[in-house]
Amino acid sequence: MSEKKPVLHVENITMQFGGVMAVNDLSLDVPEGQIIALIGPNGAGKTTAFNCITGVYEPTNGLVEFCGLPMVRNHPRGKMKKLYQGKDADKYAHDPAIAPTPDRITELGIARTFQNIRLWKSMTVFDNVLTAKHMRADQNVFSATFRTNAKEEKRMRAETEALLVEQNLLQYRDELAVSLPYGLQRRLEIARALATSPKLLLLDEPAAGMNPQETAELAAFIQQIRKEYDLTVFLIEHHMDLVMQISDYIYVIDFGSEIARGVPQEIQNDQRVIDAYLGVSEE
Amino acid sequence: MSAFIQANLPYLLSGISVGGQYALIAIGYTMVYGILRLINFAHGDVFMVAGLVMVYLTTAMPMYISIPLTIIITVLLGFTIERVAYKPLRSAPRMSVMISAIGVTYLLQNCALYFTGGLAQIYPTIPWLSDSVTIGSATTKMVTVVTPILTVVLVFALVLFIQKTKIGMAMRAVSRDFETSQLMGIKINSVISMTFVIGCGLAAIGSLLYFTNYPSVIPTSGSMPGLKAFVAAVFGGIGSIPGAVIGAFVIGICENIIKGLGSSWTIFSDAFTFVLLIIVLLVKPTGIFGEKATDKV
Amino acid sequence: MEKTLQKSPESKAGKLIAVVLIAALYIFLYLLDNVLPPNSFTLMLIPVLKKGAIYSLICVSMNLLNGFTGLFSLGQAGFLLVGAYAYSIFTIPADQHDAVYQYFEGGAIRFSVPEALGRVLGENAGNILGAILCIIFAGLVAAAFAALIGIPVLRLKSDYLAIATLGFAEIIRAIFQWNGLGPVTNGSNMLRKYTDFSDIQIGSVKLATAFPFLISMICIAIIVLLIHSSYGRAFKAVRDDEVAAEAMGISLFKHKMLSFVISSFFAGVGGALLAMYQTTIQANAFKSAMTYEILLIVVIGGIGSVSGSCIASFLYIACNEWWLRFLDSGSFFGISVPFFRDGFRKVVFSVLIMVIVLFFSRGIMGDKELSFAGLMRKHKKKATGGVEGGGQA
Repeated sequence: MSEKKPVLHVENITMQFGGVMAVNDLSLDVPEGQIIALIGPNGAGKTTAFNCITGVYEPTNGLVEFCGLPMVRNHPRGKMKKLYQGKDADKYAHDPAIAPTPDRITELGIARTFQNIRLWKSMTVFDNVLTAKHMRADQNVFSATFRTNAKEEKRMRAETEALLVEQNLLQYRDELAVSLPYGLQRRLEIARALATSPKLLLLDEPAAGMNPQETAELAAFIQQIRKEYDLTVFLIEHHMDLVMQISDYIYVIDFGSEIARGVPQEIQNDQRVIDAYLGVSEE
Repeated sequence: MSAFIQANLPYLLSGISVGGQYALIAIGYTMVYGILRLINFAHGDVFMVAGLVMVYLTTAMPMYISIPLTIIITVLLGFTIERVAYKPLRSAPRMSVMISAIGVTYLLQNCALYFTGGLAQIYPTIPWLSDSVTIGSATTKMVTVVTPILTVVLVFALVLFIQKTKIGMAMRAVSRDFETSQLMGIKINSVISMTFVIGCGLAAIGSLLYFTNYPSVIPTSGSMPGLKAFVAAVFGGIGSIPGAVIGAFVIGICENIIKGLGSSWTIFSDAFTFVLLIIVLLVKPTGIFGEKATDKV
Repeated sequence: MEKTLQKSPESKAGKLIAVVLIAALYIFLYLLDNVLPPNSFTLMLIPVLKKGAIYSLICVSMNLLNGFTGLFSLGQAGFLLVGAYAYSIFTIPADQHDAVYQYFEGGAIRFSVPEALGRVLGENAGNILGAILCIIFAGLVAAAFAALIGIPVLRLKSDYLAIATLGFAEIIRAIFQWNGLGPVTNGSNMLRKYTDFSDIQIGSVKLATAFPFLISMICIAIIVLLIHSSYGRAFKAVRDDEVAAEAMGISLFKHKMLSFVISSFFAGVGGALLAMYQTTIQANAFKSAMTYEILLIVVIGGIGSVSGSCIASFLYIACNEWWLRFLDSGSFFGISVPFFRDGFRKVVFSVLIMVIVLFFSRGIMGDKELSFAGLMRKHKKKATGGVEGGGQA
């Protein structure tokens, strides 16, 4: 899996909240064009890891590189330095710390969805997708207000419409996003993420709350968009069937630390993973 | 240093006194915020109403009846405001509750304007509190000396109440986690009412002390002390009672020292409070004693 | 939705009606200013129209921030003050300076923009152009203040933001009352004698009422255009869900700042118009109570509705200054009512506001807009569906 340069390279990421170690020394690679999954039981720290990558949290320690460029880099400081229990405390201390805001990271080409769907509730389906195009539009507040960006606006609307057609959401375009059924809201959130023209798509439990049939459709859908949009996909998931079906490579974490990695067949037979999921019969 | 204190003694004394009065108001803010996450803008106006009630009561009855009656009426007012204006909005967005609080402010001020006819009401002289005393080089009213002592005693009693009694424990639980306490069978409404009762009772006592230092009460008398007390609460770390008290003394003393700098600076004695607020919000938004809260994504 | 709207026949007809109504409005205002003889009716109507137009702009500017961007700011009075002062300081005629700045030896600034322009272009043209220039200047100064204040405060969350902006408004008020700046701001004394609405005329056509309408309408139109642009959508995204907005590449700070600065620009313009309306200004009047009043009008109109803010402004001003006057006067249709005395109107008003806040929290319009196309569709269908689409401007 390492012939291609990884799109996303995560190194020694640690996230502590006070004394709680949510993510502990996590390292992983997401190679271009693949579908990589991060799995683990509830509360294992998967979403926290995502939030460190997308700039929502500033990690206590570690480095995230995107296409070879350092994007997030931090080392424990102040009170955290005393509290920090992970290793490599000073590994990144000599480099200037960077932890850009989520919007900067999205601009670089990483888009994400959320575990508990976060659509803009006062907007229609169309506007939800259209607004995600705002970042890449060539305009400023004057040209937008006085409509001298009409061409750009037209292009954005056309692209949005095309995207909705591709995602089979066109018939809902004028409905309020939150009035859609659950499965469609998930799909709309993915469409909205695609509207930011990402290279890497992060999906946070895309199959949560879906029935088996919807999950199967989702699996096909993810593979399809990866091909069509030339994407790399990194997903967090709970549903084992989905993960085993579509992933090229899987990382498993529990209590914030990695417990296994490998291709789906290896993971399926890994005793530690089975223990983590089913619980070990210890006292 | 001692020369500075000597020269500024009158300002320092009135600063400590005003600080104590702000502290009594600030407790109301900080407790309500701790539990409801609401800036109760109307609290300063409740304080003003307490002043007006006292003015009207003393014209009809002797001092020893009107003082407790003022406190009772103020407490009832606070209780009513909570039940009428805040309780129906318990599940509404925070902005709506804040707007409701601003609406109550508007209502109380306009009612006061109506009843007073827009005239400043002369505050009655409370015997003993208004007597003059001389401390060092400064002559001042008895209230200046009484306020800090009374404040500390009341705060101590309040802290004991919160630490030791069952309802105090319930208050602490609710301020920590609103939903869970509800699930644990704490009667949320009675806890919130209790908070308003305590806050307004202290504000009434604060108003007795505060207005003794001033000749009269007008409908907007409450808004500035109210805002300053709120800043004191933020400064000390909102939700923390000792923090609010310390913040109130700091603000009271500083603004009086600014008044002592000369007449061209007096205009900034009010603005100073807000400068302090902004500095606190920027440097340590959780205040001196506040705890940090993380939002979950 | 907009596309289908633009094509529908109702939409075309709606636009036509709007244009006709606006034209009729200006003809009426012209008649009011120039032809109709003043009587007890117009004497009440004219101030209500002027102030209503100005308050519409002020409320819409606040709504842009509080309703469309979800920033609960209570600093509006401060920006109004900055606008009002920036406008008046530069329009006081030179020979009036000694009288106005009597405690500051005539003040530091001794020229007036309308006068300077008047010398070149003639008095009337000078007054109009000078006033417009100074109004724009007032907006720019308020926007500059907002940009400075925004850097620290826009990082704060909901109620902290509210109290910090309130605090800044109070600081601004203190600075403008400070005697050290007296030569410019006249300290805590009044500014007066500057160009006001009665000075605005073209030839012999007086524009005292039409002028505030025109300025407000242009400004509100610009705000509506902004709200319906890509940036307006980004503002709404920030309001609906900050985390999602940021994750979709919308910079929170940049967009909050934009909204704050733009809102303050128009508040500054509103402040300048208010100064023109009042003919005298004093920093002490711009207290937090003023912000509360504006906020409550916005709430009455509906948070997130431009037309709602406009309707509520006119209603509020009309009730406050005209229709509910009888509550203060002691009698009702000749029957004397003892508790109808000074201030009763305000009490009734506050109770009404509380009722709206508690039971009709969506206000008059909710987050919908008034449009004639929508009204017609509604009429046709006789259905109960909401009024939608388009701007009223």
